[in-house]
Amino acid sequence: MIWLLDLIILALVVVCAVATITLRDLLGAAIVFGVYSFLMCLLWAEMGAVDVAFTEATVGAGVSTILFIAAIFRTTRRSKD
Amino acid sequence: MKRLQERAQNRPTGESPIIRMAVRVMIPFIQLFGLYVIVHGHYSPGGGFQGGVILGASFILMALAFDLKTTTDYFSEKANAILGNAGALIFTGLGALTAILGGLWLDYSALDRIIPLGPIEWRSMGIFLVEVGVGLAVMSIMVSLYWDLASGGDMDEGL
Repeated sequence: MIWLLDLIILALVVVCAVATITLRDLLGAAIVFGVYSFLMCLLWAEMGAVDVAFTEATVGAGVSTILFIAAIFRTTRRSKD
Repeated sequence: MKRLQERAQNRPTGESPIIRMAVRVMIPFIQLFGLYVIVHGHYSPGGGFQGGVILGASFILMALAFDLKTTTDYFSEKANAILGNAGALIFTGLGALTAILGGLWLDYSALDRIIPLGPIEWRSMGIFLVEVGVGLAVMSIMVSLYWDLASGGDMDEGL
């Protein structure tokens, strides 16, 4: 609706998406993915889809980030073989 | 990150009293907000899924700040399984009940034949009941996902 705000959030979404797939550190990538989810939530709320924004904020930014981190704690830095 | 992992393997994270006190204060408000989202799901944004995730997130927050044992003291694995199955049963049972009573699947106005409230009132009530079922099921699935993932499936110690 406000195209300038739309454009800023969209640019940040693209930056976060590129950062997520280029980061080597898994924990950092999980955190940046959480930031990406939250920016998508902002974008959806700004475009009027409040219900989708709600789901994205709870599942995308909240629970899935924690589940990623819980999975990363089970990994090791280098493979053993 | 390696140091973080070693620290996580040596002792449970989140021994800070500040975090524990903050979580202790936050959890009731998070759960109240989750219940609000479930109950107001049929005339405002939100609903069973979102409210269930918020309710589950409160238990995940408890497990992160304290440890897995504390969470299972408050909310045992058996209660979690019972609540999750009850949620799924409410959803499918309500759908089957409306189908048995002569309506379509999840056509709530058919429930008017049991308790006469009027079909319009029953459509609102039926959505509310289904939201409660979905909320219970989603909450228990989210909590058990975190429990199994954080403890590697053996439920002894958390993250």
